[in-house]
Amino acid sequence: MLNQIRQKLELAFPNSKVEVIDTSAGHEEHNSPGAHIAVLIVWEGFKNKSLVEQHQMVYNTLKDELKEDIHALNVKTKVE
Amino acid sequence: MDEQLKQKIESLIQSSKVFLFIKGTPEFPQCGFSAKVVQILQELNIEFTSFNILSDEAVRKGVKDYANWPTIPQLYINGKFIGGCDIVTELAHSGELKKLADQ
Repeated sequence: MLNQIRQKLELAFPNSKVEVIDTSAGHEEHNSPGAHIAVLIVWEGFKNKSLVEQHQMVYNTLKDELKEDIHALNVKTKVE
Repeated sequence: MDEQLKQKIESLIQSSKVFLFIKGTPEFPQCGFSAKVVQILQELNIEFTSFNILSDEAVRKGVKDYANWPTIPQLYINGKFIGGCDIVTELAHSGELKKLADQ
Protein backbone atom coordinates (compact mmCIF):
# COMPACT_ATOMS: atom_id res chain seq x y z
CA MET A 1 0.00 0.00 0.00
CA LEU A 2 2.69 2.51 1.03
CA ASN A 3 4.89 1.38 -1.85
CA GLN A 4 2.04 1.69 -4.31
CA ILE A 5 1.40 5.26 -3.17
CA ARG A 6 5.08 6.12 -3.37
CA GLN A 7 5.35 4.71 -6.90
CA LYS A 8 2.34 6.65 -8.09
CA LEU A 9 3.72 9.89 -6.68
CA GLU A 10 7.20 9.31 -8.10
CA LEU A 11 5.68 8.67 -11.49
CA ALA A 12 3.49 11.78 -11.35
CA PHE A 13 6.28 14.02 -10.06
CA PRO A 14 9.45 13.01 -11.91
CA ASN A 15 12.75 13.44 -10.06
CA SER A 16 10.98 14.39 -6.88
CA LYS A 17 11.84 13.39 -3.35
CA VAL A 18 8.90 11.46 -1.94
CA GLU A 19 8.30 10.35 1.62
CA VAL A 20 5.25 8.28 2.53
CA ILE A 21 4.61 7.68 6.21
CA ASP A 22 1.98 5.48 7.82
CA THR A 23 0.49 7.55 10.63
CA SER A 24 -2.14 4.97 11.58
CA ALA A 25 -0.55 4.37 14.97
CA GLY A 26 -2.90 5.68 17.60
CA HIS A 27 -5.96 5.06 15.46
CA GLU A 28 -6.00 1.25 15.73
CA GLU A 29 -9.42 1.25 17.35
CA HIS A 30 -11.16 2.63 14.29
CA ASN A 31 -8.79 1.98 11.41
CA SER A 32 -6.70 -0.58 9.63
CA PRO A 33 -2.99 0.00 9.05
CA GLY A 34 -2.32 2.24 6.09
CA ALA A 35 -5.52 4.19 6.44
CA HIS A 36 -3.77 7.24 7.89
CA ILE A 37 -1.05 8.43 5.55
CA ALA A 38 1.24 11.44 5.42
CA VAL A 39 3.11 12.31 2.24
CA LEU A 40 5.94 14.77 1.70
CA ILE A 41 6.85 15.69 -1.86
CA VAL A 42 9.77 17.92 -2.75
CA TRP A 43 9.55 18.73 -6.43
CA GLU A 44 10.90 21.54 -8.60
CA GLY A 45 7.76 21.42 -10.73
CA PHE A 46 5.77 22.97 -7.87
CA LYS A 47 7.55 26.25 -8.53
CA ASN A 48 5.15 29.10 -9.39
CA LYS A 49 2.15 27.02 -8.35
CA SER A 50 -0.01 28.00 -5.38
CA LEU A 51 -0.21 25.72 -2.36
CA VAL A 52 -3.79 24.91 -3.35
CA GLU A 53 -2.65 23.89 -6.85
CA GLN A 54 0.21 21.82 -5.43
CA HIS A 55 -2.08 19.92 -3.09
CA GLN A 56 -4.69 19.49 -5.84
CA MET A 57 -2.03 17.77 -7.96
CA VAL A 58 -1.27 15.38 -5.11
CA TYR A 59 -4.93 14.65 -4.41
CA ASN A 60 -5.53 14.09 -8.08
CA THR A 61 -2.69 11.57 -8.25
CA LEU A 62 -4.10 9.63 -5.30
CA LYS A 63 -7.79 10.01 -6.14
CA ASP A 64 -8.45 6.26 -6.40
CA GLU A 65 -6.77 5.55 -3.06
CA LEU A 66 -8.65 8.43 -1.45
CA LYS A 67 -11.94 6.87 -2.49
CA GLU A 68 -11.18 3.55 -0.85
CA ASP A 69 -8.07 2.85 1.18
CA ILE A 70 -7.00 6.16 2.62
CA HIS A 71 -9.12 7.44 5.45
CA ALA A 72 -6.95 10.43 6.34
CA LEU A 73 -4.22 12.07 4.28
CA ASN A 74 -1.75 14.73 5.35
CA VAL A 75 0.02 16.48 2.49
CA LYS A 76 3.17 18.57 2.61
CA THR A 77 4.64 19.94 -0.60
CA LYS A 78 7.85 21.87 -1.14
CA VAL A 79 9.67 23.24 -4.16
CA GLU A 80 13.13 22.40 -2.75
CA MET B 1 -23.04 20.93 -10.92
CA ASP B 2 -26.66 21.78 -10.29
CA GLU B 3 -27.08 25.57 -10.57
CA GLN B 4 -29.19 25.79 -7.44
CA LEU B 5 -26.60 23.89 -5.42
CA LYS B 6 -23.82 26.08 -6.79
CA GLN B 7 -25.73 29.20 -5.76
CA LYS B 8 -26.32 27.79 -2.31
CA ILE B 9 -22.61 27.09 -1.85
CA GLU B 10 -21.66 30.53 -3.15
CA SER B 11 -24.10 32.30 -0.88
CA LEU B 12 -22.72 30.34 2.09
CA ILE B 13 -19.14 31.24 1.21
CA GLN B 14 -20.07 34.89 0.82
CA SER B 15 -22.12 35.00 4.02
CA SER B 16 -19.03 35.66 6.08
CA LYS B 17 -15.51 37.03 5.58
CA VAL B 18 -14.08 33.79 6.95
CA PHE B 19 -16.13 30.72 6.12
CA LEU B 20 -15.41 27.11 7.01
CA PHE B 21 -16.97 23.86 5.83
CA ILE B 22 -16.43 21.25 8.54
CA LYS B 23 -17.66 17.91 9.77
CA GLY B 24 -19.68 18.69 12.89
CA THR B 25 -19.78 22.02 14.67
CA PRO B 26 -17.03 24.22 16.17
CA GLU B 27 -18.18 23.01 19.59
CA PHE B 28 -18.29 19.35 18.58
CA PRO B 29 -16.15 18.69 15.50
CA GLN B 30 -16.65 15.17 14.11
CA CYS B 31 -13.17 14.75 12.67
CA GLY B 32 -9.63 15.51 13.79
CA PHE B 33 -8.86 17.64 10.74
CA SER B 34 -11.95 19.80 11.26
CA ALA B 35 -11.15 20.12 14.96
CA LYS B 36 -7.64 21.28 14.19
CA VAL B 37 -8.71 24.07 11.82
CA VAL B 38 -11.35 25.27 14.32
CA GLN B 39 -8.69 25.33 17.02
CA ILE B 40 -6.26 27.30 14.85
CA LEU B 41 -8.86 29.93 13.97
CA GLN B 42 -9.92 30.27 17.60
CA GLU B 43 -6.32 30.58 18.81
CA LEU B 44 -5.67 33.37 16.30
CA ASN B 45 -8.94 35.09 17.32
CA ILE B 46 -10.21 34.86 13.76
CA GLU B 47 -13.99 35.04 13.72
CA PHE B 48 -15.63 32.62 11.34
CA THR B 49 -18.91 31.11 10.29
CA SER B 50 -19.13 27.38 9.66
CA PHE B 51 -21.39 24.88 7.96
CA ASN B 52 -21.71 21.26 9.05
CA ILE B 53 -21.47 19.27 5.81
CA LEU B 54 -22.72 16.15 7.63
CA SER B 55 -26.09 17.88 7.84
CA ASP B 56 -26.52 18.15 4.06
CA GLU B 57 -25.46 15.38 1.67
CA ALA B 58 -25.81 17.56 -1.43
CA VAL B 59 -23.59 20.29 0.01
CA ARG B 60 -21.14 17.64 1.23
CA LYS B 61 -20.63 16.42 -2.33
CA GLY B 62 -21.03 19.85 -3.90
CA VAL B 63 -18.25 21.63 -2.02
CA LYS B 64 -15.75 19.00 -3.16
CA ASP B 65 -16.58 19.64 -6.80
CA TYR B 66 -16.85 23.39 -6.30
CA ALA B 67 -13.29 23.77 -4.97
CA ASN B 68 -11.89 20.75 -6.84
CA TRP B 69 -10.82 19.55 -3.41
CA PRO B 70 -11.66 16.02 -2.23
CA THR B 71 -11.53 16.53 1.52
CA ILE B 72 -13.14 18.44 4.39
CA PRO B 73 -12.45 20.91 6.06
CA GLN B 74 -12.33 23.69 3.50
CA LEU B 75 -11.55 27.28 4.44
CA TYR B 76 -12.61 30.36 2.47
CA ILE B 77 -11.52 33.94 3.18
CA ASN B 78 -13.17 36.81 1.30
CA GLY B 79 -14.79 34.28 -1.00
CA LYS B 80 -11.45 32.75 -2.01
CA PHE B 81 -10.60 29.10 -1.35
CA ILE B 82 -7.61 29.00 1.01
CA GLY B 83 -7.16 25.26 1.50
CA GLY B 84 -7.67 22.33 3.83
CA CYS B 85 -6.14 21.43 7.18
CA ASP B 86 -2.52 21.10 6.01
CA ILE B 87 -2.45 24.43 4.18
CA VAL B 88 -4.26 26.25 6.99
CA THR B 89 -1.71 24.85 9.46
CA GLU B 90 1.15 25.98 7.27
CA LEU B 91 -0.30 29.47 6.77
CA ALA B 92 -0.96 29.79 10.50
CA HIS B 93 2.67 29.01 11.31
CA SER B 94 3.99 31.49 8.76
CA GLY B 95 1.67 34.25 9.99
CA GLU B 96 0.02 34.48 6.58
CA LEU B 97 -3.38 33.28 7.81
CA LYS B 98 -3.86 36.14 10.26
CA LYS B 99 -2.84 38.60 7.54
CA LEU B 100 -5.37 37.16 5.10
CA ALA B 101 -8.13 37.31 7.71
CA ASP B 102 -7.29 40.91 8.58
CA GLN B 103 -7.37 42.11 4.99
